[in-house]
Order: sequence, then C-alpha cells, then structure tokens
Amino acid sequence: MAVLATLDPHSRAASRGWSDLTIRNAFILPTIAFLIVFNIFPLIYSLGFSFTAYRASLNRPAEFVGLQNYRELLSNPDIWNNFTVTAQYVILSVGGQMLVGFGLALLLNRKFPLKGLVTTLLLMPMMLSPAVVGLFWKLLYDPSWGPINYALGIGKFEWLSHPTNALFATALTDIWMWSPFVMLLALAGLSAVPQHLYEAAAIDRAGKLYTFFRITLPLISPLLLIALIFRTMEAFKTFDLPFVMSTANVQTVAIRLYQMAFQGWDTGRASALAYIVLIVVLAITNIYVKYLNKVKER
Amino acid sequence: MARRNWIGLMTGAAFALGAMAQSSANAQELTIFWAEWDPANYLQELVNEYTKETGVKVTVETTPWGDFQTKTFAELNAHGDAFDMVVGDSQWLGAAATGGHYVDLTDFVKKHGVDKSFVPATLQYYSLYDGKYWSIPAEGDANGWAYRKDWFEDPKEKEAFKAKYGYDLDVPKNFNQLIDIAEFFTRPNENRYGVALYTQTAYDAMAMGLEQTIFTYGGDLGNYETKQVDGILNSPQNVEALEAYRKLYTFTPPNWTQAFFVENNQAFTEGLVAMNMNYFAFFPALANKATNPYADVTGYFANPPGPYGHQHAALGGQGISIVTYSKKRDEAFKFLEWFIREDVQQKWADLGGYTCHAAVLNSEKFLNATPYNRAFADSMKIVKDFWAVPVFADMLFQMNDRLHPYITTGQGTAKEALDALVADWNKTLGNI
Repeated sequence: MAVLATLDPHSRAASRGWSDLTIRNAFILPTIAFLIVFNIFPLIYSLGFSFTAYRASLNRPAEFVGLQNYRELLSNPDIWNNFTVTAQYVILSVGGQMLVGFGLALLLNRKFPLKGLVTTLLLMPMMLSPAVVGLFWKLLYDPSWGPINYALGIGKFEWLSHPTNALFATALTDIWMWSPFVMLLALAGLSAVPQHLYEAAAIDRAGKLYTFFRITLPLISPLLLIALIFRTMEAFKTFDLPFVMSTANVQTVAIRLYQMAFQGWDTGRASALAYIVLIVVLAITNIYVKYLNKVKER
Repeated sequence: MARRNWIGLMTGAAFALGAMAQSSANAQELTIFWAEWDPANYLQELVNEYTKETGVKVTVETTPWGDFQTKTFAELNAHGDAFDMVVGDSQWLGAAATGGHYVDLTDFVKKHGVDKSFVPATLQYYSLYDGKYWSIPAEGDANGWAYRKDWFEDPKEKEAFKAKYGYDLDVPKNFNQLIDIAEFFTRPNENRYGVALYTQTAYDAMAMGLEQTIFTYGGDLGNYETKQVDGILNSPQNVEALEAYRKLYTFTPPNWTQAFFVENNQAFTEGLVAMNMNYFAFFPALANKATNPYADVTGYFANPPGPYGHQHAALGGQGISIVTYSKKRDEAFKFLEWFIREDVQQKWADLGGYTCHAAVLNSEKFLNATPYNRAFADSMKIVKDFWAVPVFADMLFQMNDRLHPYITTGQGTAKEALDALVADWNKTLGNI
C-alpha cells in the first residue's frame, strides 16, 4: 500500500495494483525480448551451425562435423589472406582517421567566424550512406574521366583495378567518411581541458610541443582511445565500401563471409568464420579497453 | 455487455470478410521473379495478354543481376511464397532441384510435348537435371559479339590492317583474328580500344566470358558426369585459352576490372570499343538508335572458332520453374500451359524475348526480325554451359578468386592459376 501511494490513485496501474518493480519490468521486457530474439538466439543458433556441414539451400538436416569447419578455415591460406587484407585496411583507415580527425579537432579548437557552419560541413561525410559514398568515390576514381586523376595530373592511373591500389583507395574513402567521428570526440576532449593548465604552462615558458605532449595529449587520450576502439571494431567488419567500390580487389574477411553465407549458402562454414571474426574483434577490443583503464587510472 | 459483444462480433466479421476478399484476390494473382533486364520487361508485356485472356493478374518482379541469385535462394531457403515462379539460371538447377525448391515438371513436359516442340539443346541446359525436367525454357540466350561496321569498313583502316597483319579486315573468322583486330583498334591516345570483355566477379560474368574462350580453344571445365577436373581444367588448351583472354583484356578500356553487360554496352555506345562481348539479350539496346548512336553501323557475329576448329558460345538464358512453396501451383501450371503455346511463343519473340520454341526460332520471320537474330540462331547451335551442380556458386567464386587476378593484373601464370583452381574444385566437388 505504501508503494501504491506513489501512484495516481485514479490510474489503471493503481487499480491493477502494479508496483514500481512491475512497471519497470514492463518497460524493460520488450527490449529484452527484442535482444533475445534478434541477438542472443541467432548468436547461439549460429554457434550451433558452426559445428555442422549445413547448407541452407539444400533443405537437408545439419550434419555435425565438430571442429572441421574451424580447422579448414584456419588452415586455408585464402582466409589468412583475407585477414591480412583486413588488417592492412584497418591500420590504414583507422590510422588515417585518427591523424586527420585529431588534426581537424586541433584546428577547430579556437574561435573563428562561421565556426558552427564549418563544423557542420566537416561532419557531413559521416552522415551519408556508405553505399552512396562508395558509388560516388568510385566515379571520382574513374581513370578516364574522374576528377581525382585530372586534378593530380596522373593520366589514366587505375585506382581500383590493382589490389594494392584498390586497398589504398578504399581506405582513403573510409578516412574521408569517418575522420569527422574522431574529430567530434577529440573536440569534446579538447574543450574539456582546463585552461589554467595552458596558462600555467605559458607562465613557465613551456613550448608548444611540450604543452601538446605533456598536457593536451594525456588529457584527451581516453577519448581518443574510445574513438580508436569504435573505429577499429567498425573497420574490421567493413563490408559496404569494398563491396560497392571493388569487390574482387579488396577481399576483406567481411566480403568473404558474405560470399560464403549468401552466395555460396555454405551456412556451417560461414557461421564458423563469423565466430572467428567475433573472437578476433573481442580480443582486440579487450586489449584496447585494458589500456584505456590504465590511462584513466593515471 | 450485449453492446460490447455486438461490436466485437461485427469487428470479427469485418476482419473475416476482409481476409476472404484478400485470399480470393491472391488466387487471381501470380508473381514471377526474374533479374532486372529488358527480357523481364518484355515478359511483363507478354503476361498482360494472359491477364486479358484469363483475368489472372501476373506480375514480373525483378532485382539486379548481382543480387538475383542471393535473393532468390534467400526466399527459397526460407520456404517463402513471395513468388510463385522464378525464371532461374541454368546453373541453379542442381541446387534448386536437390533442395526441393522447384516442382518436378517431367510429367508436364511429356504430356504437353514440350520435349518435341522446344529446341532439345535448350531443354537439356535450361531444364534437365538428374534425369528430370525442372523448368520450361523461357529465355534462350548465348554470348555473342557486336562490332563497329564503320571502323571495319573504313578503307584507311582496311589498308593499315592488311599491311600489318597480312589479311583483310573483316568479321573475325577465328579467335586469333579477333585478338589481332582488338590489338589493331587499341589506341589510348585516340580513346579507342579493341574490345569490351566480361570481367565482373559479383556473379558469373567473368566466368561466362572466359568459359566460352576455353570451350572455343577445345578445352573444358571438367567432366560433368564423373566430376573429374584434374587434367581437364588445367589442360594445355585451357592454359592457352586463359592466356588469350588475358591478352584480350589488355585491349579493353582502362579500369575494366568489373565489367558486365551494362559497362560493355556503354563502352560500345560511347564509341570506345571496336567489339563488344555481350549476351544477345542485351543487343536490342544496340539496335535502337535512341540508345545507340551507332545503331546503323553496328554488326553482330557469333563467337568465332578457336585455333583447333572448335566453336562454342557460353550459354545464357533461363527456364521458368514453379516454386514448391507456392500456394497457387495449379494456377502456375495453367500459366505454363498458356506459355508453351506456339502463338504465345511467337508473340514472345515479337516482343523481343528469345523463344526456345523450335518452329518459331527457325522461322524466316524470326531470323529476319532483327539484325542479330541470325547470329543468335547460329550461336544457339553451339552453346555450352557451366557446371549445374548444387555447389556451383562456390565453384563460380573460386574461379573468380583464382583467375580474375591473372586476367586483370597478369599476376602469376595461367598454369598456376588453373592448377590452384583445380585444387579448389576438387575439394568443393568432394573429390578429396
């Protein structure tokens, strides 16, 4: 009755005798149900498939094969090549995003006319659909009439034909699209650095480099690390840009997974590969998070 | 209380009537799923005639070629009835038949004499798997060539060609001549190139372009009966064919690594290339002045013979199958009975569809209907297809993975690429 006293006595909840706990659960349960149906259940179901030689297109029951799928995948040089290409892509694109994003944040961390408009324009790339970005950058890279070759004066250089060129070109597109995300987080960190620290450094005649490495960078490194974690996870799973721009020439592990699962319908092996990717991403994320906790403690 | 019950009853009755109306409306509709290309538009025009005759609405739903296989099998694997019939690729027969996704049409074919009225080769490649028929041939197609007659007939070009190669510039009589002509017309400083080839790896484009070269050089993709690939797929003839395709690739426009029918036709209509490899189904756009400024000077020829006298064209085209999970199979059968009529097949050909009905295909009316129909009829006699086993998709992507880098970048050698593919296909076909 004391609990009911917190409710409107004329409300239906009150008339039904709902407690705060019941109301809380009523709000949370749909989300939990959604997570179970669309996250937890598929996760467990696909883990089961990863131990079978199941093909969704053949209408036959799944045949248990134990760890065969994992063994075959981990001993397949083509799969290792996919992981190598993915790692190269992650290092290039995330490294570029961190440099460009942080650089933009440093430039924006001051007052100047139309700062709001400039910031909004810089944020626009990450608001676009990745498929659209891939398609129009594909046009920009065209060797015959694309503006990039024209502006750089490099004739008919083929950006997307050769695997190495295509990797750089796709990573560059990713950097263009996602540097604003890093810029946002870095800008938030920069604006939170107490000004008195800079004033104290100025009084002590500290140089700009010293101020940057001893004050700015340590204080915003937690946010930079958060940006690094998010962007690394995303880059590792990257599918849309390589798929739209040049499927054959940037064979990331996500492209391979798509081909295996939805074109070859090799459900068992695709599930095993998906779990290998999940374990790798979790491992990398754990390393980052541990480092982040250490940085925060400092 | 009585008022509430009355309202509840009326609401329930309204829903029941609505559901009945909906289901009776559904019984009057059929859906056919196909890839997004001109023949699908022609089919929609054709099936409107069925609607006029029977009152049953037929809708042809389409999706881009790159997604066609994925979306079709996503629905079939889920046992969905989003479509009642599908105009599926010949390579799918194995997977769809083995998976129980298609209705067995063997009795239908024999009862209605389809095996006598349709071209036998089309039934063999579009419909037959494991001794049974799973579709009715709908769209016959083969890979052929379009070329710039004005470039070929230019006196200066002819003189220069004869001086360089020692024979007259004309429609190539063999594959070596095709390569010579492609080389001759490749002039990057004039923004002219010899040939537009299939290189796309999203699905089967590159494989189709390459396989007809392999067949033409006397090679093969393996023994489809015994599943042997070693010694066949990496034979000397196949190595030579792959090297020829690689050489042809060097005469394509820049960045030609993911080209299929759209890009090839575009290269032709933009005046970039002398010769365009494409399926005949895409040639109507080239014969149309509205879409091809060079329509009046565009000629067509079947894939020329190889150096050892073999001549083949990659089979294209599809058969129309009834989906097992359709709730309107009876209506779908009625539709097929209408579709196989000679007058309907004639109408299909008049609209631009490539009929497989023997009488219509061999008629002078059909052969003279367009500038490319004779080349098409010639090509249909020499067609050959890819594997139609359940694991065809894996084999296609392995072929793309192994051979595309060699073709487009010259990475490794043709022998190495084919040897690697043999290892892949042995594993996939379960030979190991």
